Amino acid sequence: MFRELIGGLRITMRNMLSKPVTIQYPEEQRPVPPRARGRHILHRYDNGLEKCIGCELCAGACPVGCIYVLAAANDPAHPVSPGERYAARYEINLVRCIYCGYCAEACPTEAITLGPRLDLADYKRERLVATKEDLLESWPGFRPTAAAPGRPDPAPRSELAAPSPTAPVARSATDTA
Amino acid sequence: MIAVVGWGAVVGGLQPLVAAIGSAGGVNVPLTFLIALVKGVLILFVLLTTAAYLVLAERKVSARIQLRLGPNRVGPAGLLQPAADAVKLIFKEASAPEGRDRFLFELAPALAAAMALFAFATIPINQTICIGGHGGAGPLSQTCPGGLALHWDLAHLNIGLLFILAITSVGVYSIFLGGWASNSKYALLGALRSSAQLISYEMAVSFAVIGPVLLAGSLDLEKVVHAQHSLWFVFLQPLAFLLYLTAGLAETNRLPFDLPEAEGELGAGYHTEMAGMRFGMYFVGEYINMVTVAAIATTLFLGGWMAPVFFLPNWLGPIWFFAKVGLLIFIMLWVRWTYPRLRYDRLMQLGWKVLLPLGLANIAVTAVFVALR
Repeated sequence: MFRELIGGLRITMRNMLSKPVTIQYPEEQRPVPPRARGRHILHRYDNGLEKCIGCELCAGACPVGCIYVLAAANDPAHPVSPGERYAARYEINLVRCIYCGYCAEACPTEAITLGPRLDLADYKRERLVATKEDLLESWPGFRPTAAAPGRPDPAPRSELAAPSPTAPVARSATDTA
Repeated sequence: MIAVVGWGAVVGGLQPLVAAIGSAGGVNVPLTFLIALVKGVLILFVLLTTAAYLVLAERKVSARIQLRLGPNRVGPAGLLQPAADAVKLIFKEASAPEGRDRFLFELAPALAAAMALFAFATIPINQTICIGGHGGAGPLSQTCPGGLALHWDLAHLNIGLLFILAITSVGVYSIFLGGWASNSKYALLGALRSSAQLISYEMAVSFAVIGPVLLAGSLDLEKVVHAQHSLWFVFLQPLAFLLYLTAGLAETNRLPFDLPEAEGELGAGYHTEMAGMRFGMYFVGEYINMVTVAAIATTLFLGGWMAPVFFLPNWLGPIWFFAKVGLLIFIMLWVRWTYPRLRYDRLMQLGWKVLLPLGLANIAVTAVFVALR
Protein backbone atom coordinates (compact mmCIF):
# COMPACT_ATOMS: atom_id res chain seq x y z
CA MET A 1 0.00 0.00 0.00
CA PHE A 2 2.76 2.41 0.92
CA ARG A 3 4.53 1.85 -2.39
CA GLU A 4 1.45 2.92 -4.29
CA LEU A 5 0.96 5.96 -2.07
CA ILE A 6 4.56 7.04 -2.57
CA GLY A 7 4.23 6.37 -6.30
CA GLY A 8 1.29 8.76 -6.49
CA LEU A 9 3.21 11.43 -4.65
CA ARG A 10 6.16 10.99 -7.00
CA ILE A 11 3.98 11.55 -10.05
CA THR A 12 2.50 14.76 -8.69
CA MET A 13 5.93 16.01 -7.63
CA ARG A 14 7.28 15.31 -11.10
CA ASN A 15 4.39 17.26 -12.57
CA MET A 16 5.04 20.12 -10.20
CA LEU A 17 8.67 20.38 -11.30
CA SER A 18 7.87 20.27 -15.01
CA LYS A 19 6.89 23.23 -17.14
CA PRO A 20 3.21 24.18 -17.22
CA VAL A 21 1.48 23.69 -20.54
CA THR A 22 -0.78 26.71 -20.18
CA ILE A 23 -0.98 29.14 -23.10
CA GLN A 24 -1.84 32.57 -21.70
CA TYR A 25 -4.50 33.26 -24.26
CA PRO A 26 -4.86 36.95 -25.00
CA GLU A 27 -1.09 37.49 -24.94
CA GLU A 28 0.02 34.22 -26.50
CA GLN A 29 -2.05 32.58 -29.18
CA ARG A 30 -1.62 29.23 -30.77
CA PRO A 31 -1.24 29.31 -34.55
CA VAL A 32 -4.51 28.53 -36.26
CA PRO A 33 -4.57 25.57 -38.68
CA PRO A 34 -4.13 26.83 -42.27
CA ARG A 35 -7.64 25.95 -43.39
CA ALA A 36 -9.51 26.84 -40.20
CA ARG A 37 -12.89 28.39 -40.89
CA GLY A 38 -13.03 31.59 -38.87
CA ARG A 39 -14.38 35.01 -39.69
CA HIS A 40 -14.92 35.74 -43.37
CA ILE A 41 -12.61 37.80 -45.56
CA LEU A 42 -13.66 39.69 -48.69
CA HIS A 43 -10.67 39.65 -50.98
CA ARG A 44 -9.23 42.10 -53.50
CA TYR A 45 -7.17 41.66 -56.60
CA ASP A 46 -3.56 42.80 -56.56
CA ASN A 47 -4.54 46.05 -58.22
CA GLY A 48 -7.00 46.80 -55.43
CA LEU A 49 -10.26 45.97 -57.17
CA GLU A 50 -12.71 43.95 -55.13
CA LYS A 51 -13.22 40.38 -56.23
CA CYS A 52 -16.85 40.44 -55.26
CA ILE A 53 -19.18 41.09 -58.18
CA GLY A 54 -22.37 41.21 -56.17
CA CYS A 55 -23.88 38.04 -57.69
CA GLU A 56 -25.47 36.95 -54.37
CA LEU A 57 -24.60 33.29 -54.96
CA CYS A 58 -23.10 33.19 -51.46
CA ALA A 59 -26.36 34.43 -49.97
CA GLY A 60 -28.20 31.76 -51.95
CA ALA A 61 -25.83 29.00 -50.85
CA CYS A 62 -25.93 30.01 -47.21
CA PRO A 63 -27.93 27.37 -45.29
CA VAL A 64 -28.85 29.77 -42.49
CA GLY A 65 -29.38 32.90 -44.56
CA CYS A 66 -26.93 35.08 -42.69
CA ILE A 67 -25.48 36.90 -45.74
CA TYR A 68 -27.06 40.02 -47.15
CA VAL A 69 -25.73 41.46 -50.43
CA LEU A 70 -26.97 44.61 -52.10
CA ALA A 71 -25.53 44.88 -55.59
CA ALA A 72 -25.03 48.10 -57.55
CA ALA A 73 -23.76 48.90 -61.06
CA ASN A 74 -20.09 49.82 -61.45
CA ASP A 75 -19.20 53.29 -62.61
CA PRO A 76 -16.99 52.55 -65.71
CA ALA A 77 -14.69 55.45 -64.87
CA HIS A 78 -14.10 54.34 -61.28
CA PRO A 79 -14.96 50.66 -61.00
CA VAL A 80 -15.02 48.97 -57.62
CA SER A 81 -14.86 45.48 -59.08
CA PRO A 82 -13.85 44.11 -62.50
CA GLY A 83 -17.38 43.12 -63.53
CA GLU A 84 -20.51 45.08 -64.28
CA ARG A 85 -21.71 45.09 -60.75
CA TYR A 86 -20.25 45.21 -57.27
CA ALA A 87 -21.52 44.75 -53.72
CA ALA A 88 -22.65 48.10 -52.39
CA ARG A 89 -23.50 46.46 -49.12
CA TYR A 90 -22.20 43.15 -47.88
CA GLU A 91 -23.20 42.07 -44.38
CA ILE A 92 -22.79 38.79 -42.51
CA ASN A 93 -24.57 38.04 -39.28
CA LEU A 94 -21.70 36.38 -37.42
CA VAL A 95 -23.99 35.10 -34.67
CA ARG A 96 -26.23 33.27 -37.08
CA CYS A 97 -23.40 32.01 -39.30
CA ILE A 98 -22.44 28.36 -38.80
CA TYR A 99 -19.02 28.74 -40.51
CA CYS A 100 -19.75 25.93 -42.96
CA GLY A 101 -17.86 27.60 -45.81
CA TYR A 102 -20.60 27.07 -48.41
CA CYS A 103 -20.38 30.76 -49.35
CA ALA A 104 -16.73 30.28 -50.28
CA GLU A 105 -17.65 27.15 -52.29
CA ALA A 106 -20.37 29.02 -54.15
CA CYS A 107 -18.36 32.14 -54.95
CA PRO A 108 -17.42 32.22 -58.66
CA THR A 109 -14.56 34.72 -58.16
CA GLU A 110 -13.15 33.43 -54.84
CA ALA A 111 -14.06 36.77 -53.36
CA ILE A 112 -15.12 35.37 -49.99
CA THR A 113 -13.20 32.87 -47.91
CA LEU A 114 -13.24 31.93 -44.26
CA GLY A 115 -10.21 33.37 -42.53
CA PRO A 116 -8.12 32.41 -39.52
CA ARG A 117 -9.72 34.79 -37.03
CA LEU A 118 -11.62 32.90 -34.31
CA ASP A 119 -12.07 35.45 -31.49
CA LEU A 120 -15.49 36.71 -32.41
CA ALA A 121 -16.94 37.61 -29.01
CA ASP A 122 -18.29 41.07 -28.39
CA TYR A 123 -20.29 42.89 -25.76
CA LYS A 124 -22.92 44.24 -28.19
CA ARG A 125 -24.97 41.94 -30.32
CA GLU A 126 -25.31 44.67 -32.95
CA ARG A 127 -21.56 44.69 -33.49
CA LEU A 128 -21.65 41.02 -34.38
CA VAL A 129 -23.17 41.90 -37.75
CA ALA A 130 -20.04 42.33 -39.83
CA THR A 131 -20.25 44.92 -42.59
CA LYS A 132 -18.27 45.22 -45.78
CA GLU A 133 -15.72 47.50 -44.10
CA ASP A 134 -15.09 44.86 -41.42
CA LEU A 135 -14.69 42.02 -43.87
CA LEU A 136 -12.86 43.66 -46.73
CA GLU A 137 -9.21 42.93 -47.09
CA SER A 138 -6.86 45.85 -47.28
CA TRP A 139 -3.16 45.54 -47.78
CA PRO A 140 -0.30 48.00 -48.38
CA GLY A 141 -0.73 47.93 -52.16
CA PHE A 142 -4.39 48.77 -51.85
CA ARG A 143 -5.67 51.40 -54.30
CA PRO A 144 -9.29 52.38 -54.03
CA THR A 145 -9.84 53.37 -57.67
CA ALA A 146 -7.77 51.31 -60.07
CA ALA A 147 -7.82 52.33 -63.72
CA ALA A 148 -7.79 48.92 -65.35
CA PRO A 149 -9.21 45.59 -64.26
CA GLY A 150 -6.47 43.11 -63.39
CA ARG A 151 -6.14 39.39 -63.80
CA PRO A 152 -7.75 37.02 -61.31
CA ASP A 153 -5.50 36.15 -58.39
CA PRO A 154 -4.50 32.47 -58.53
CA ALA A 155 -3.12 32.40 -54.98
CA PRO A 156 -4.20 29.35 -52.97
CA ARG A 157 -6.20 29.90 -49.83
CA SER A 158 -3.36 29.26 -47.42
CA GLU A 159 -1.39 32.18 -48.82
CA LEU A 160 -4.18 34.68 -48.39
CA ALA A 161 -3.40 37.64 -46.24
CA ALA A 162 -4.60 37.92 -42.68
CA PRO A 163 -7.77 39.91 -42.08
CA SER A 164 -7.47 43.57 -41.41
CA PRO A 165 -7.50 44.67 -37.79
CA THR A 166 -10.98 45.77 -36.95
CA ALA A 167 -11.21 49.50 -37.32
CA PRO A 168 -13.73 51.26 -35.09
CA VAL A 169 -16.10 51.87 -37.95
CA ALA A 170 -19.77 52.38 -37.36
CA ARG A 171 -21.61 49.19 -38.02
CA SER A 172 -25.22 48.96 -39.00
CA ALA A 173 -27.64 46.69 -37.25
CA THR A 174 -29.87 46.25 -40.18
CA ASP A 175 -31.90 43.60 -41.90
CA THR A 176 -29.23 41.04 -42.61
CA ALA A 177 -31.31 38.14 -41.42
CA MET B 1 -17.12 39.70 14.37
CA ILE B 2 -17.73 37.19 17.14
CA ALA B 3 -14.35 35.74 16.33
CA VAL B 4 -12.68 39.05 17.03
CA VAL B 5 -14.63 39.58 20.23
CA GLY B 6 -13.83 36.06 21.36
CA TRP B 7 -10.18 36.57 20.59
CA GLY B 8 -10.27 39.74 22.62
CA ALA B 9 -11.76 37.79 25.51
CA VAL B 10 -8.86 35.36 25.42
CA VAL B 11 -6.36 38.16 25.15
CA GLY B 12 -7.97 40.17 27.92
CA GLY B 13 -9.00 37.37 30.24
CA LEU B 14 -6.96 34.25 29.92
CA GLN B 15 -3.45 35.57 29.92
CA PRO B 16 -3.50 37.81 33.02
CA LEU B 17 -5.48 35.12 34.81
CA VAL B 18 -2.91 32.52 33.98
CA ALA B 19 -0.12 34.87 34.83
CA ALA B 20 -1.72 35.71 38.16
CA ILE B 21 -2.32 32.07 39.06
CA GLY B 22 0.96 30.79 37.64
CA SER B 23 3.38 33.08 39.37
CA ALA B 24 1.80 34.61 42.43
CA GLY B 25 3.30 37.94 43.37
CA GLY B 26 5.80 40.09 41.51
CA VAL B 27 3.72 40.14 38.32
CA ASN B 28 3.31 43.48 36.67
CA VAL B 29 -0.32 43.05 35.64
CA PRO B 30 -0.71 46.07 33.30
CA LEU B 31 2.53 45.25 31.51
CA THR B 32 1.57 41.60 31.20
CA PHE B 33 -1.76 42.68 29.83
CA LEU B 34 -0.11 44.98 27.30
CA ILE B 35 2.29 42.29 26.14
CA ALA B 36 -0.58 39.83 25.77
CA LEU B 37 -2.54 42.38 23.77
CA VAL B 38 0.35 42.99 21.40
CA LYS B 39 0.95 39.27 21.01
CA GLY B 40 -2.74 38.63 20.43
CA VAL B 41 -3.00 41.27 17.72
CA LEU B 42 0.19 39.99 16.11
CA ILE B 43 -1.00 36.40 16.07
CA LEU B 44 -4.40 37.44 14.76
CA PHE B 45 -2.82 39.44 11.96
CA VAL B 46 -0.25 36.80 11.06
CA LEU B 47 -2.74 33.94 11.12
CA LEU B 48 -5.36 35.71 9.01
CA THR B 49 -2.75 36.80 6.47
CA THR B 50 -1.31 33.30 6.42
CA ALA B 51 -4.74 31.82 5.85
CA ALA B 52 -5.35 34.19 2.96
CA TYR B 53 -2.02 33.36 1.35
CA LEU B 54 -2.46 29.65 2.00
CA VAL B 55 -5.44 29.79 -0.32
CA LEU B 56 -3.16 31.27 -2.97
CA ALA B 57 -0.48 28.67 -2.19
CA GLU B 58 -3.04 25.92 -2.49
CA ARG B 59 -4.22 27.19 -5.85
CA LYS B 60 -0.65 27.59 -7.09
CA VAL B 61 0.42 24.12 -5.93
CA SER B 62 -2.67 22.49 -7.37
CA ALA B 63 -2.12 24.34 -10.63
CA ARG B 64 1.49 23.23 -10.92
CA ILE B 65 0.57 19.64 -10.10
CA GLN B 66 -1.96 19.77 -12.93
CA LEU B 67 0.55 21.46 -15.28
CA ARG B 68 -1.30 24.77 -15.08
CA LEU B 69 -0.05 28.19 -14.01
CA GLY B 70 -2.54 29.14 -11.33
CA PRO B 71 -3.71 32.66 -10.53
CA ASN B 72 -1.23 35.13 -12.01
CA ARG B 73 -3.31 38.13 -13.03
CA VAL B 74 -3.95 40.10 -9.83
CA GLY B 75 -0.72 41.81 -8.88
CA PRO B 76 2.77 40.49 -9.64
CA ALA B 77 2.60 36.68 -10.02
CA GLY B 78 -0.93 36.77 -8.61
CA LEU B 79 0.25 37.90 -5.18
CA LEU B 80 -2.74 40.22 -4.65
CA GLN B 81 -5.25 37.48 -5.41
CA PRO B 82 -6.07 36.93 -1.70
CA ALA B 83 -7.04 40.60 -1.40
CA ALA B 84 -9.32 40.31 -4.40
CA ASP B 85 -10.84 37.13 -2.96
CA ALA B 86 -11.43 38.78 0.39
CA VAL B 87 -13.13 41.79 -1.21
CA LYS B 88 -15.30 39.47 -3.24
CA LEU B 89 -16.31 37.42 -0.19
CA ILE B 90 -17.12 40.49 1.89
CA PHE B 91 -19.31 42.12 -0.73
CA LYS B 92 -21.02 38.97 -1.85
CA GLU B 93 -24.71 38.65 -1.04
CA ALA B 94 -24.98 36.47 2.07
CA SER B 95 -28.11 34.57 1.13
CA ALA B 96 -29.57 32.33 3.81
CA PRO B 97 -32.24 29.60 3.81
CA GLU B 98 -35.72 30.44 5.06
CA GLY B 99 -36.18 27.92 7.88
CA ARG B 100 -32.75 28.31 9.45
CA ASP B 101 -32.00 28.63 13.13
CA ARG B 102 -31.12 32.28 13.08
CA PHE B 103 -28.83 32.37 16.11
CA LEU B 104 -26.87 29.21 15.41
CA PHE B 105 -26.63 30.01 11.73
CA GLU B 106 -24.72 33.16 12.59
CA LEU B 107 -22.79 31.59 15.45
CA ALA B 108 -21.45 28.51 13.68
CA PRO B 109 -19.18 30.18 11.08
CA ALA B 110 -17.88 32.59 13.70
CA LEU B 111 -17.16 29.63 15.96
CA ALA B 112 -15.20 27.94 13.17
CA ALA B 113 -12.91 30.93 12.70
CA ALA B 114 -12.68 31.72 16.43
CA MET B 115 -11.78 28.20 17.53
CA ALA B 116 -9.17 27.95 14.81
CA LEU B 117 -7.63 31.16 16.14
CA PHE B 118 -7.89 30.06 19.79
CA ALA B 119 -6.03 26.84 19.19
CA PHE B 120 -2.89 28.70 18.24
CA ALA B 121 -2.73 30.48 21.59
CA THR B 122 -0.51 28.00 23.42
CA ILE B 123 1.95 27.10 20.69
CA PRO B 124 5.44 28.39 21.53
CA ILE B 125 7.14 29.90 18.51
CA ASN B 126 10.44 30.39 20.31
CA GLN B 127 11.91 29.64 23.71
CA THR B 128 11.22 31.98 26.60
CA ILE B 129 13.48 34.99 26.50
CA CYS B 130 14.56 36.84 29.61
CA ILE B 131 14.58 40.62 29.49
CA GLY B 132 16.53 42.17 32.37
CA GLY B 133 16.84 40.32 35.66
CA HIS B 134 19.80 38.34 36.77
CA GLY B 135 20.97 34.97 35.61
CA GLY B 136 18.49 34.87 32.78
CA ALA B 137 16.10 32.10 31.92
CA GLY B 138 17.93 28.85 31.62
CA PRO B 139 17.08 26.57 28.75
CA LEU B 140 14.52 24.73 30.90
CA SER B 141 13.37 27.35 33.38
CA GLN B 142 10.56 29.43 32.01
CA THR B 143 10.67 31.96 34.80
CA CYS B 144 12.93 34.95 35.01
CA PRO B 145 13.68 36.11 38.54
CA GLY B 146 13.88 39.90 38.74
CA GLY B 147 13.31 40.38 35.02
CA LEU B 148 10.58 39.97 32.47
CA ALA B 149 10.10 36.54 30.95
CA LEU B 150 8.93 36.95 27.39
CA HIS B 151 7.01 33.87 26.33
CA TRP B 152 6.62 33.31 22.61
CA ASP B 153 3.11 32.01 22.92
CA LEU B 154 -0.02 33.93 23.77
CA ALA B 155 -1.25 31.99 26.79
CA HIS B 156 1.61 30.25 28.54
CA LEU B 157 -0.19 27.21 29.92
CA ASN B 158 1.47 24.21 31.49
CA ILE B 159 -1.29 22.08 29.95
CA GLY B 160 -0.97 23.70 26.53
CA LEU B 161 -1.52 20.52 24.58
CA LEU B 162 -4.69 19.68 26.49
CA PHE B 163 -5.98 23.18 25.80
CA ILE B 164 -5.42 22.72 22.07
CA LEU B 165 -7.18 19.36 22.03
CA ALA B 166 -10.12 20.85 23.91
CA ILE B 167 -10.39 23.83 21.58
CA THR B 168 -10.22 21.76 18.42
CA SER B 169 -13.03 19.63 19.85
CA VAL B 170 -15.13 22.76 20.24
CA GLY B 171 -14.34 23.48 16.61
CA VAL B 172 -16.33 20.37 15.69
CA TYR B 173 -19.41 22.14 17.00
CA SER B 174 -19.04 24.86 14.41
CA ILE B 175 -19.33 22.30 11.66
CA PHE B 176 -22.15 20.37 13.24
CA LEU B 177 -24.15 23.44 14.30
CA GLY B 178 -23.64 25.03 10.89
CA GLY B 179 -25.02 21.96 9.15
CA TRP B 180 -27.89 21.61 11.55
CA ALA B 181 -28.91 25.27 11.61
CA SER B 182 -29.02 25.47 7.80
CA ASN B 183 -32.23 23.42 7.60
CA SER B 184 -30.92 21.76 4.46
CA LYS B 185 -30.53 18.07 3.80
CA TYR B 186 -27.11 18.33 2.22
CA ALA B 187 -25.79 20.48 5.03
CA LEU B 188 -27.25 18.11 7.61
CA LEU B 189 -25.75 15.05 5.93
CA GLY B 190 -22.40 16.79 5.73
CA ALA B 191 -22.61 17.73 9.38
CA LEU B 192 -23.51 14.16 10.40
CA ARG B 193 -20.61 12.74 8.46
CA SER B 194 -18.32 15.35 9.84
CA SER B 195 -19.22 14.79 13.48
CA ALA B 196 -18.79 11.03 13.12
CA GLN B 197 -15.48 11.51 11.32
CA LEU B 198 -14.10 14.16 13.63
CA ILE B 199 -14.98 12.25 16.78
CA SER B 200 -13.27 9.10 15.55
CA TYR B 201 -10.22 10.92 14.31
CA GLU B 202 -9.94 13.02 17.43
CA MET B 203 -9.21 9.77 19.26
CA ALA B 204 -6.41 9.01 16.84
CA VAL B 205 -4.98 12.50 17.26
CA SER B 206 -5.07 12.20 21.04
CA PHE B 207 -3.35 8.83 20.99
CA ALA B 208 -0.74 10.08 18.56
CA VAL B 209 0.20 13.07 20.69
CA ILE B 210 0.47 11.02 23.86
CA GLY B 211 3.70 9.45 22.59
CA PRO B 212 5.77 12.65 22.62
CA VAL B 213 4.07 13.76 25.82
CA LEU B 214 5.17 10.52 27.53
CA LEU B 215 8.71 11.00 26.32
CA ALA B 216 8.84 14.62 27.44
CA GLY B 217 6.94 14.00 30.64
CA SER B 218 4.93 17.18 30.31
CA LEU B 219 1.93 18.69 28.56
CA ASP B 220 3.75 22.03 28.50
CA LEU B 221 4.60 22.49 24.84
CA GLU B 222 7.74 24.46 25.59
CA LYS B 223 9.06 21.62 27.76
CA VAL B 224 8.17 19.15 25.02
CA VAL B 225 10.34 21.11 22.61
CA HIS B 226 13.19 21.35 25.12
CA ALA B 227 13.05 17.58 25.56
CA GLN B 228 13.94 17.27 21.88
CA HIS B 229 17.19 19.20 22.06
CA SER B 230 19.30 16.12 21.36
CA LEU B 231 16.96 14.15 19.12
CA TRP B 232 13.69 15.15 17.56
CA PHE B 233 10.74 13.00 18.50
CA VAL B 234 10.01 12.27 14.86
CA PHE B 235 12.92 9.83 15.02
CA LEU B 236 11.76 8.26 18.27
CA GLN B 237 8.07 8.30 17.36
CA PRO B 238 7.84 7.92 13.57
CA LEU B 239 4.61 5.96 13.85
CA ALA B 240 3.00 8.61 16.03
CA PHE B 241 4.13 11.28 13.57
CA LEU B 242 2.49 9.50 10.63
CA LEU B 243 -0.62 8.84 12.70
CA TYR B 244 -0.80 12.49 13.68
CA LEU B 245 -0.40 13.74 10.11
CA THR B 246 -3.05 11.34 8.80
CA ALA B 247 -5.51 12.10 11.55
CA GLY B 248 -4.65 15.78 11.26
CA LEU B 249 -5.73 15.76 7.63
CA ALA B 250 -9.00 14.21 8.73
CA GLU B 251 -9.34 16.73 11.54
CA THR B 252 -9.00 19.65 9.14
CA ASN B 253 -11.48 18.07 6.70
CA ARG B 254 -8.96 17.98 3.94
CA LEU B 255 -8.62 15.52 1.13
CA PRO B 256 -8.39 12.55 1.11
CA PHE B 257 -10.70 12.85 4.11
CA ASP B 258 -12.95 15.73 3.08
CA LEU B 259 -16.16 13.73 3.26
CA PRO B 260 -18.04 16.41 5.20
CA GLU B 261 -17.65 18.62 2.15
CA ALA B 262 -17.67 15.99 -0.60
CA GLU B 263 -18.60 18.34 -3.43
CA GLY B 264 -19.60 15.51 -5.73
CA GLU B 265 -22.16 14.07 -3.35
CA LEU B 266 -23.33 16.72 -0.93
CA GLY B 267 -23.16 20.05 -2.70
CA ALA B 268 -20.69 21.54 -0.29
CA GLY B 269 -21.61 19.55 2.84
CA TYR B 270 -22.05 21.50 6.01
CA HIS B 271 -21.51 24.90 4.41
CA THR B 272 -23.80 24.35 1.42
CA GLU B 273 -26.08 27.15 2.60
CA MET B 274 -23.34 29.48 3.75
CA ALA B 275 -22.59 32.36 1.40
CA GLY B 276 -20.39 35.41 1.50
CA MET B 277 -18.46 35.98 4.67
CA ARG B 278 -20.20 33.10 6.50
CA PHE B 279 -18.53 30.79 4.04
CA GLY B 280 -15.43 32.93 4.29
CA MET B 281 -15.13 32.27 8.01
CA TYR B 282 -15.37 28.51 7.50
CA PHE B 283 -12.74 28.85 4.84
CA VAL B 284 -10.44 30.91 7.04
CA GLY B 285 -11.03 28.45 9.87
CA GLU B 286 -10.05 25.50 7.71
CA TYR B 287 -6.83 27.11 6.59
CA ILE B 288 -5.89 28.31 10.06
CA ASN B 289 -6.55 24.80 11.30
CA MET B 290 -4.03 23.59 8.75
CA VAL B 291 -1.49 25.99 10.20
CA THR B 292 -2.35 24.83 13.71
CA VAL B 293 -2.07 21.15 12.86
CA ALA B 294 1.28 21.79 11.18
CA ALA B 295 2.45 23.90 14.13
CA ILE B 296 1.50 21.21 16.66
CA ALA B 297 3.26 18.58 14.58
CA THR B 298 6.31 20.84 14.43
CA THR B 299 6.25 21.37 18.18
CA LEU B 300 5.71 17.74 19.12
CA PHE B 301 7.78 15.94 16.52
CA LEU B 302 10.07 18.29 14.62
CA GLY B 303 11.75 20.10 17.48
CA GLY B 304 9.76 23.33 17.34
CA TRP B 305 12.07 26.30 17.06
CA MET B 306 15.29 24.27 17.15
CA ALA B 307 17.69 24.59 14.24
CA PRO B 308 17.38 21.67 11.81
CA VAL B 309 21.16 21.11 11.78
CA PHE B 310 23.17 21.60 14.97
CA PHE B 311 25.66 24.12 13.57
CA LEU B 312 22.94 26.53 12.47
CA PRO B 313 22.15 29.26 15.01
CA ASN B 314 19.31 28.53 17.39
CA TRP B 315 18.46 32.17 17.90
CA LEU B 316 16.69 32.15 14.55
CA GLY B 317 14.02 30.13 16.38
CA PRO B 318 10.85 31.59 14.84
CA ILE B 319 12.30 31.24 11.35
CA TRP B 320 13.08 27.55 11.87
CA PHE B 321 9.65 27.11 13.37
CA PHE B 322 7.81 28.66 10.45
CA ALA B 323 10.04 26.89 7.92
CA LYS B 324 9.05 23.56 9.43
CA VAL B 325 5.40 24.58 9.54
CA GLY B 326 5.62 25.61 5.90
CA LEU B 327 7.16 22.29 4.94
CA LEU B 328 4.38 20.36 6.67
CA ILE B 329 1.71 22.54 5.07
CA PHE B 330 3.26 21.91 1.68
CA ILE B 331 3.08 18.18 2.37
CA MET B 332 -0.60 18.59 3.23
CA LEU B 333 -1.25 20.41 -0.04
CA TRP B 334 0.78 17.87 -1.97
CA VAL B 335 -1.19 15.00 -0.45
CA ARG B 336 -4.46 16.74 -1.15
CA TRP B 337 -3.82 17.10 -4.85
CA THR B 338 -2.50 13.54 -5.18
CA TYR B 339 -5.06 11.25 -3.59
CA PRO B 340 -8.77 10.82 -4.30
CA ARG B 341 -11.38 10.93 -1.57
CA LEU B 342 -11.86 7.80 0.52
CA ARG B 343 -15.18 6.02 0.56
CA TYR B 344 -16.99 6.73 3.81
CA ASP B 345 -16.92 3.21 5.28
CA ARG B 346 -13.23 2.95 4.41
CA LEU B 347 -12.65 6.22 6.22
CA MET B 348 -14.28 4.90 9.37
CA GLN B 349 -12.45 1.59 9.03
CA LEU B 350 -9.14 3.38 8.72
CA GLY B 351 -9.91 5.43 11.78
CA TRP B 352 -11.18 2.71 14.08
CA LYS B 353 -9.43 -0.40 12.80
CA VAL B 354 -6.04 0.96 11.80
CA LEU B 355 -5.16 4.31 13.33
CA LEU B 356 -6.67 3.67 16.76
CA PRO B 357 -5.03 0.26 17.40
CA LEU B 358 -1.74 1.56 16.05
CA GLY B 359 -1.99 4.55 18.36
CA LEU B 360 -2.73 2.33 21.35
CA ALA B 361 0.17 0.03 20.52
CA ASN B 362 2.43 3.04 20.16
CA ILE B 363 1.39 4.31 23.59
CA ALA B 364 2.00 0.90 25.17
CA VAL B 365 5.46 0.54 23.65
CA THR B 366 6.39 4.11 24.54
CA ALA B 367 5.15 3.67 28.09
CA VAL B 368 7.25 0.54 28.55
CA PHE B 369 10.23 2.34 27.08
CA VAL B 370 9.76 5.33 29.41
CA ALA B 371 9.21 3.07 32.46
CA LEU B 372 12.41 1.12 31.80
CA ARG B 373 14.49 4.21 31.11
